[in-house]
Amino acid sequence: MLLVSPVPRLWGDFEMVEESNVLEHELVPEHYVLPEKGVGKILKQYGLTKDQLPKIRLSDPCILALDAISGSVEEGMVIRIVRRSATSGVAVCYRLVIRG
Amino acid sequence: MMITGVTKRISAIKFAMLSPEEIRKMSATKIITADTYDDDGFPIDMGLMDPHLGVIEPGLRCKTCGKKVDECSGHFGHIDLAMPVIHVGYVKEIKKLLQSTCRSCGHLLLTDEQAKEYVKQRDRVEELTGNTIESAYISAESAKDASSRTTCPHCSAVQLKIALDKPTTFREEGHKLTPKEVRERLERVPDNDLVVLGIDPGVCRPEWMVLTALPVPPVTVRPSITLDSGDRSEDDVTHKLVDVLRINQRLRENRDAGAPQLIVEDLWELLQYHITTYFDNQTSGIPPARHRSGRPLKTLVQRLKGKEGRFRSNLSGKRVNFSARTVISPDPMLSINEVGVPVTAARELTVPLRVTERSLAFAKEMCARGPSPEGSGYVPGVNYVIRADGRRIKITDKNAETVAEAVESGYIVERHLVDGDIILFNRQPSLHRMSIMAHEVRVMDHKTFRFNLCVCPPYNADFDGDEMNLHGLQSEEARAEAKVLMRVQEHILSPRFGGPVIGAIHDHITGSFMLTYKDSAFTREETVRMLEKVVDLDLPEPAVKKPVEMWSGKQLFSLILPKDLHMTFKASICQNCESCKREACENDAFVVIRDGILLSGTIDEKALGAFKGRVLDKMARDYGPDNVRAFIDRATKLAVGAITMRGFTTGIDDEDIPSQAKREIDDAMVQAKLKVEEHIGAYRRGELEQMPGRSLEETLEVEIMKVLGKARDTAGQIAGRHLGLENSAVIMAKCGARGSMLNLSQMAGAIGQQAVRGERLSRGYWNRTLPHFEQGALGSEARGFIKNSYKSGLSPTEYFFHSMGGREGLVDTAVRTSRSGYMQRRLINALEDVKVMQDGTVRNTAGTIIQFLYGEDNIDPMRAVQGDSVDVDDVLLTVLGNEGEQIAKVREKGVVSYGIQDKDMLEPPETVESDEDADFDAGSGEEG
Repeated sequence: MLLVSPVPRLWGDFEMVEESNVLEHELVPEHYVLPEKGVGKILKQYGLTKDQLPKIRLSDPCILALDAISGSVEEGMVIRIVRRSATSGVAVCYRLVIRG
Repeated sequence: MMITGVTKRISAIKFAMLSPEEIRKMSATKIITADTYDDDGFPIDMGLMDPHLGVIEPGLRCKTCGKKVDECSGHFGHIDLAMPVIHVGYVKEIKKLLQSTCRSCGHLLLTDEQAKEYVKQRDRVEELTGNTIESAYISAESAKDASSRTTCPHCSAVQLKIALDKPTTFREEGHKLTPKEVRERLERVPDNDLVVLGIDPGVCRPEWMVLTALPVPPVTVRPSITLDSGDRSEDDVTHKLVDVLRINQRLRENRDAGAPQLIVEDLWELLQYHITTYFDNQTSGIPPARHRSGRPLKTLVQRLKGKEGRFRSNLSGKRVNFSARTVISPDPMLSINEVGVPVTAARELTVPLRVTERSLAFAKEMCARGPSPEGSGYVPGVNYVIRADGRRIKITDKNAETVAEAVESGYIVERHLVDGDIILFNRQPSLHRMSIMAHEVRVMDHKTFRFNLCVCPPYNADFDGDEMNLHGLQSEEARAEAKVLMRVQEHILSPRFGGPVIGAIHDHITGSFMLTYKDSAFTREETVRMLEKVVDLDLPEPAVKKPVEMWSGKQLFSLILPKDLHMTFKASICQNCESCKREACENDAFVVIRDGILLSGTIDEKALGAFKGRVLDKMARDYGPDNVRAFIDRATKLAVGAITMRGFTTGIDDEDIPSQAKREIDDAMVQAKLKVEEHIGAYRRGELEQMPGRSLEETLEVEIMKVLGKARDTAGQIAGRHLGLENSAVIMAKCGARGSMLNLSQMAGAIGQQAVRGERLSRGYWNRTLPHFEQGALGSEARGFIKNSYKSGLSPTEYFFHSMGGREGLVDTAVRTSRSGYMQRRLINALEDVKVMQDGTVRNTAGTIIQFLYGEDNIDPMRAVQGDSVDVDDVLLTVLGNEGEQIAKVREKGVVSYGIQDKDMLEPPETVESDEDADFDAGSGEEG
């Protein structure tokens, strides 16, 4: 789990957030690590090489969270992102994990 | 790779620097004298105009390559500099290198292990992203890491701080480094360390950033102009090179003569200044070099940079042939996809006609007519004939016959425009794709381009002096593409909001309103007069036969509707009553069309208008572009017929109201003023009740705004009671043709509160807006409330306040246009080569995915119905008829909710209202 240290708030008496997972936030889309087999399929389906995929940084909060949950996420892996879309309801996209 | 038809692909571009040896090797001649021409006007050898550098005068031959003008592209020369000088373009790199390398041994200030690690990292990023920009970050990182070291890990020398004194002086803890010293340091950096910093030592040594030889561009790059008086005028770059040469010469002489160090240093700095401004005359920190007249010189960087630079004005955009530009004027009798072209333009713009066996006779005949054939009406001729060998022959009246004889298959004949030719028509600023559309030519008399008024909205054109451009298409492919993709009727629906952008405007709407409103009926003569404008309509059976034959307006409008059209919607005149009486509406605002017959309702902006026309929207979807085009043509002609027959005018007397009403308005104003004073009194006495989240002052403002807003509305309502539908201005406002009830109430009732930044006026003098008021005055008059109307006239203080509000509006629009223009430019530069591929993915030229499915739903916004791919309501209505309508809910929101503005953006608003703030409701003035 990604830990957000409980910072004492200066104003009001809000409930303190003990720990949270960015991926559980309603505004954060779902992230999954795509298994090696799936990667090949996707690349073939779209006729792509890995570097033509959109990117996501290793330091992205979602990747950090994903790393904590589903085991190490490394450079070169592909992440499947499912998000809500104003036009089609649900939209799926894939991102390549890069350094940084 | 999915890209086909590419035979050669650029895989990489490498940037390198010129070494002094290279500069000398490629030089055609060394330049030593600052003089250009001798007394006889011949170029001096080894001068800046040396004939070895290329030719600019016709007839002469280049001394280097022996070619003539236009064949020889010119040759570089060079100047040997007496002392090295820093190249301004590389100061940043020099600084980075000086800071990250050792001052004594020249090694990179990193241990070998660290350096290796950085190189490894960079290679990996490059391999994974294929992106050199990303890898450049890593080089920058390693440089930063190195420069933070204070001692050299190789020779343990203590490093001193190096600062850049802009633009070209380097200081080491205050001590000035001469370019010579800088160069020596850069020479010491070993090749291996350069790799870590992202420099390829094979093509690029850092010491080359300090110039010892200066390349002199060929004369073709800086041609001199001979004036009418016979005097020669040199190019700015030549002028600058003369300066460089002069100082270089003096520096050399002084140095060789052993002049005092101080003088040599001064000259050296001067040489640095001249060379810096030779590259970039807008370097910050130094005064720009000027021409004798005081005009700053245009040197190398200025030639390339900015809007007028080589890139934006000569490479991204170019001047073209076969184009015309003139003033535009309206012609309601043209179809929306036509354009009236003046004869003079039609004779200049030509269409290449490929001669084949079949077209031979025609081509010969055309050609024989020459460039300006006589005859009744417009007879197209031919300007040029291109022979099979590519030679272009200009046709004159004299040679027309003889050239015509020689025309044979394989020739190209450039004939004048004729009616029906397809061309492109454009108005700047070309902000969206509807700014350039394909029209059919109609060659006409007089000197303006003419087009149908319905096409004004997409071009955002009016006829107050606007000019437009026309481009003749030169190939069959271009014509086919224009015909399929760019014709006006293909653009009736806008991809911005999926509604019509082409449709009735102004008088068309008033006309159709008057034609169809309530039980309008017309006599035989009137009907015939209206219908004759719509060429192909026959007179139907009259709706009423006795006592006299009468035709109803709704009946006449139904004539042009397709026979299977079903629609139900609310017109613009709809008052948004709490409960809709539907067909029984007393305003006749409920439009019902069944089987192509207008059963009830009025045809106004909501039916035919550009942006809002529901009928146009539906027809464009269901009947295809050509049918809507015909419909728009006929509907507007019918509307023009109706308005012409009845006659229509408006003037300031449309806002006349009885003196009784005027008194009522005055009373209301006095009441409002008193009420405001009451609030102020309460505030002063400390009795005002504070609103949550607002200060006392804010509360007062809010209360006052409320009162004054209401006062303006009351004035509008009082005036509105006397402005009925017999009034032309009201007709226009209600049917959506032009103006609003708010505009009318401001003319007849009261203008209301003026605002700057959404607040009542408060700035000007000390604690007051104008010296007419007491300090600290908070009353309505003192803070910009205008109780008069445009018609009754403003008092001097009111006039001043009105100008303040108006000025804010002007400034806003000016700022908005410039800012949105820049934003648009950046957006277009970023997206210009992004396209939707066959599989629905959105990609750039590298094949990188931008979006996995276009818009995530793969739907063309132009063809979508207000964002949805299927219009369920419409399907129900069409399939199930009236029964379906019960299930479907009539779309009431309309296009308005998609943020469409039907007002011209460039027109200054009549009065600047405060923002549509909840507290000061500007909208309620609409119910006049």
